[in-house]
Amino acid sequence: MDYLDHLEAEAIYILREVAGQFENPALLFSGGKDSITLVHLAKKAFRPGKFPFPLVHIDTGHNFPETIAFRDWLIEQTGEKLIVGLVQDSINAGKVIEQKGKNASRNPLQIVTLLDTIEKHSFDACIGGARRDEEKARAKERIFSVRDEFGQWDPKRQRPELWNIFNGRIHKGENVRVFPISNWTELDVWNYIKRENIALPSIYFSHERDVVLRNGQWMAAADCLNIDAEDRVEHRSVRFRTVGDMTCTAAVSSQAVELDDIIAEIKASTVSERGARMDDKVSEAAMEERKKQGYF
Amino acid sequence: MNILKFITAGSVDDGKSTLIGRLLYDTNSILDDQLEAIQKANRKNDDGTVDLAILTDGLKAEREQGITIDVAYKYFQTERRKFIIADAPGHIQYTRNMITGASNSDLIIILVDARKGVIEQTKRHSFIAKLLSLKQVLVCVNKMDMVDYEQAVFENIKTDYEKLARNLKLEHVDFIPVSALKGDNIVAKSDRISWYTGPTLLDYLENVEFEEKNNSSWRFPVQWVIRPQTAELPDYRGYAGRVLGEGLTVGDEVVVLPSGVRSSIKSIELNQIELDAAHNGQSVILHLSDDIDISRGDFIVSATNAALSERSFEANISWFENKALDMNQVYLLQNHSKVTKIKIPEILYKFDVNTQERIYDEDIRLNDIGRIVVKAADDVVFDLNRDFPENARAIIVDPRNNLTVGALIVEDFA
Repeated sequence: MDYLDHLEAEAIYILREVAGQFENPALLFSGGKDSITLVHLAKKAFRPGKFPFPLVHIDTGHNFPETIAFRDWLIEQTGEKLIVGLVQDSINAGKVIEQKGKNASRNPLQIVTLLDTIEKHSFDACIGGARRDEEKARAKERIFSVRDEFGQWDPKRQRPELWNIFNGRIHKGENVRVFPISNWTELDVWNYIKRENIALPSIYFSHERDVVLRNGQWMAAADCLNIDAEDRVEHRSVRFRTVGDMTCTAAVSSQAVELDDIIAEIKASTVSERGARMDDKVSEAAMEERKKQGYF
Repeated sequence: MNILKFITAGSVDDGKSTLIGRLLYDTNSILDDQLEAIQKANRKNDDGTVDLAILTDGLKAEREQGITIDVAYKYFQTERRKFIIADAPGHIQYTRNMITGASNSDLIIILVDARKGVIEQTKRHSFIAKLLSLKQVLVCVNKMDMVDYEQAVFENIKTDYEKLARNLKLEHVDFIPVSALKGDNIVAKSDRISWYTGPTLLDYLENVEFEEKNNSSWRFPVQWVIRPQTAELPDYRGYAGRVLGEGLTVGDEVVVLPSGVRSSIKSIELNQIELDAAHNGQSVILHLSDDIDISRGDFIVSATNAALSERSFEANISWFENKALDMNQVYLLQNHSKVTKIKIPEILYKFDVNTQERIYDEDIRLNDIGRIVVKAADDVVFDLNRDFPENARAIIVDPRNNLTVGALIVEDFA
């Protein structure tokens, strides 16, 4: 079997296991290419039926406008249900406090909003687009990853995961994070997007925009970046390799306007995808620590 | 391009992580920021070169202790293949992790230290390869640099291992002399081992093919029933699942197990396109000619070559929990999408995992492998390992804490 067919069949199998094993699952949708790929796979798994789960978006309020527009277009196209959890609501309710200073980011705050949204809707499984090649802590995470009632991941107490048999049994209050594209690499995702002709937000492709240099990386010049007199705003041809919150997702200089250009760029790249994520650069165990707290 | 999944077995001392690190490094699969992170971590070999082992140790505790605790999956790709490496610890106290990694692999690389030859650990890893019916064993005789690249050392180890393979009835075994640390015969052919004319490790992995056992029968565990019940599709009823084996074709006579009801394949759907046949590993939707009651956990199988449906059987079991297997406890058996209550009323014997000798009258505890009798509350649909290994596998869940406490492979009738 061709390798993309194999990866696709495995992901569909995992999505159907979620449908079969859980009463109230959800698909965590960020508006990034990985979760867009998940939506495409869900169509293959469940059409002509409806998805047996809603899409859930945790919106920091600092998303790229292009991402939000794309999200709403996709919901319209698929006719599936969308639930939005707003970080602003968590801030208003006093559950989290916004970071101060120039490099303030709402990225860490979304853990609280995510956990609150899971609790509010009693989701027992949350499907996510994380991949094991992204980061070394993720390389160790199971496809069915059990979280305790505080949403925490305990790397030392993971269930053995054998063959293609997934144990999703949990106690009330616990939930499972499920990662159907665990075995995909960044390049696999792009090759699949090309093969399947999957639509993406425009910011993945090279475009002209105002950017500002922060900590050696080009960030989109948006209000939430607290731009002041010291910042030099430049107009450059860039694209985004991952799409997260504007405060933590850096752009790369790029002329890639077609999928083929992007694939060629990734093949030639000497920096990993998460190299442009400020949130991973904090410390060597940054991702592991966030996952322990309940991160995606 | 297709996928090869393999596991590397061996302990820290055998240079297992170094071997994987070398494969990744020499195929340019490590990027600058990852290398930078490694250099920051500042772990060096004795000769001052960067310790490639750190690439595979993902957890803080592992980096702190310099050991691999859990299975890590690593990915790399060449023009010919995509590779998925299960990197599992080799020490006896992590047998369960190795079994987990091996269960998700087709091929096992067994590392043998050229200075030590075939040791207890080699035997244990080979036994696990046999237990899980891995399709291919590749013995890498590592640290050839430490024995002056001598051919006689390699040949002696090969002879010893062939004896072991015969005893275990391992059918497909190959050998390569390497030095992971120096990079000999990993990606590039080594001038220092000129007497060896076979492929390098990467050549081998890129080209190895397996004999598929099941090219004439198939099983279809039903995962999910698709019933839109809309105005346009009032009567649509599709059975979603993933095909095991080969030969599933429109028109096939089928039997649904455990009910025993017969029907035939009306159509096969993949992504809303109709197919004439479905193949091993495909996730498809089946439609049957008759309107019968089928739900998640049922098996649709070929009527000419049906699976077994029994309440008891004999199996090899691997135990994962500190708490010993309790013969009075009700456990849950999960095979594919079906969960059945079981008891394990009898432990026939357990294996000494190093010598494969049988041990009688002992509990089955963490990391043990044994032979048991299973009694189920309902019919369980399965095949024997020798006939159809993909349908002889199950996990065992403890309903008290929901943990996966064991895995079993059905070997015989009870």
